[in-house]
Amino acid sequence: MTDRDQAPPASGIELRRSEDIVLARQTGRDWACRLGFRMVDQIRLATAISEIARNAVRYGGGGQCEITTTTTPLFCEISIVITDHGPGIPDVEQAMTPGFSTGNSLGMGLSGARRLVDRMTLVSRPGLTTVTLVMRRSVHP
Amino acid sequence: MRIPILRLGNVLLTSIQADIPDDLVQDLQSSLLGQLERTGAIGVVLDITSLDVIDSYMARVLSETAAMARLMGSEVVITGMNPMVAVTLIEMGRSLEQITTALTLEQGVEKLKARLNETGSSSAGDGAHDRS
Repeated sequence: MTDRDQAPPASGIELRRSEDIVLARQTGRDWACRLGFRMVDQIRLATAISEIARNAVRYGGGGQCEITTTTTPLFCEISIVITDHGPGIPDVEQAMTPGFSTGNSLGMGLSGARRLVDRMTLVSRPGLTTVTLVMRRSVHP
Repeated sequence: MRIPILRLGNVLLTSIQADIPDDLVQDLQSSLLGQLERTGAIGVVLDITSLDVIDSYMARVLSETAAMARLMGSEVVITGMNPMVAVTLIEMGRSLEQITTALTLEQGVEKLKARLNETGSSSAGDGAHDRS
């Protein structure tokens, strides 16, 4: 677990191989830990990142993961943006349906990830798919 | 990196100790099935106490490994699932279908032996290893 006094974790991760999926989920989790998110939220977030990062590596030919955090007196928010330049997802609604799968586990991954975070948006066209995951928690004094 | 698989009598024991990439999960599946075949073990206890991210891929490989072992006439028991992982899996709409689980490693081994007695497997009760 990251000590909150240590240097901040990376905010950008290249997604090329399966090891990068591990790095992305661990980094997202480290950030969530720094923001003081509860353990169960850290695990939810790491799991959601893992699903989306895997889609980028497997179906998008690799991609990029960017992590930003916002801290206000009232809340902390973490936002993960994962992009890839693959063929894109033709029918986003269908792809988010639980159990929908294009050959592998895409459907389960997307619908599962959406349930684990507060907000997930997916914008896709051939050459650019962007998935944003947001988790916000109020600050307890 | 390789995940060690230990043999304890007629049971195999292994555990996932760290957050591992997809290909290593796949390797673990093949080596477990291979070891089952070579050793004739009645089953595998797979401890996941220190695993705190189980996404849909990991869940699928675990389910499939259990199904494959069953086809071969063996069993997989998963032990030590972190409660927060259980929460996450259920929220995702994912459960480890058809997988036998137990709270602790010890209970896992007992469950494996109990299941074997239920199904009346003769290899478990042939007495050759039980005499000591």
